[in-house]
Amino acid sequence: MTFINYASREINCKIVYYGPGLGGKTTNLQYIYDSTAPQAKGKLISLATETDRTLFFDFLPLDLGTVRGFKTRFHLYTVPGQVFYDASRKLILKGVDGVVFVADSQQERMDANIESLYNLEVNLHQQGYELKKVPYVLQLNKRDLPNVVAAEELKKELNKNGEPTFEAIANKGVGVFDTLRAVAKQVLLELRKNSGG
Amino acid sequence: MTAPVVMYEQEYEQIKSVIGRLCQDANAKFVFLGDKNGQQIGAHGEMINLDITSLASLTAGNVAATDGLAHLIGERGFPVLSHEGEHDNMHISIVASRVILVVIFDERSSLGLVRLRVKRATSELNSIFDDIETKISRERDMGLSLDSPFAEITEADIDALFS
Repeated sequence: MTFINYASREINCKIVYYGPGLGGKTTNLQYIYDSTAPQAKGKLISLATETDRTLFFDFLPLDLGTVRGFKTRFHLYTVPGQVFYDASRKLILKGVDGVVFVADSQQERMDANIESLYNLEVNLHQQGYELKKVPYVLQLNKRDLPNVVAAEELKKELNKNGEPTFEAIANKGVGVFDTLRAVAKQVLLELRKNSGG
Repeated sequence: MTAPVVMYEQEYEQIKSVIGRLCQDANAKFVFLGDKNGQQIGAHGEMINLDITSLASLTAGNVAATDGLAHLIGERGFPVLSHEGEHDNMHISIVASRVILVVIFDERSSLGLVRLRVKRATSELNSIFDDIETKISRERDMGLSLDSPFAEITEADIDALFS
């Protein structure tokens, strides 16, 4: 839920990276963190297990600059992808303004993508949102691996509503900022729509 | 998408004054107010190196997880959480159903005193948040669009953020 503070002239929006386990959600945030100027970012918080699997969430606050005199800050969160962490995923979706679905392009992860996307729809619905109405971007990650499903086939299966879709190699940064820009744009345009603009 | 949460200048000043007084009366090191989605509303105190953005996000996560635990055992929620450390302690409570009040204190204060002062501050904050709600619904009912900075935002404005 966007938070507009007229007193401190700040606007805060929440974006959640969703997707199957080991698909690259944390890698997206890590790349954004590594490539952003120190003054534009806060600490990257990872609540992870000892083996670096996300346990609760990763969190990265990002200052994008000023729009019409308001400091625009995006709070980026990831959810734990593993199936049994569903209770945590539901909590993190609370108050979401935009969602990025990070799909794993590898053939053997196709079922996991479909399962996770279905889980996203169910969990959004429980929070009173509809996937088709929430600002939403699809990222097809790991495009550099040898055993990937063709992008067109992935889109056919995972693209629900003609949402912006980006091919990515998150650990090399390919497509990471394109994805972020696309979802941020949708969130801000949604704000314009809600404010009667 | 849910309507944005809005904070106005007048109520913001009132909130700052309440948490400033709470910090003083409770002999606390730091008082913080954030919402359940992890957004910071206000803070007051001496811990100048504290990362408040992270505090906001982690507190919201903590409250959400504890609420989840409460529901598992059939409780509506645990409205007060208390963490005791070697030097510093944290008292976390829910205000106006959706705002989180955090008081950080050390041996100069006590849990009893913090609880007592939080109680009074909570009642004052409840009334301020009620005023904000009333203000927003009145403007909505009158068909007044909030003076949103985003009403006239252009795609070029947004692209400029990433240039």
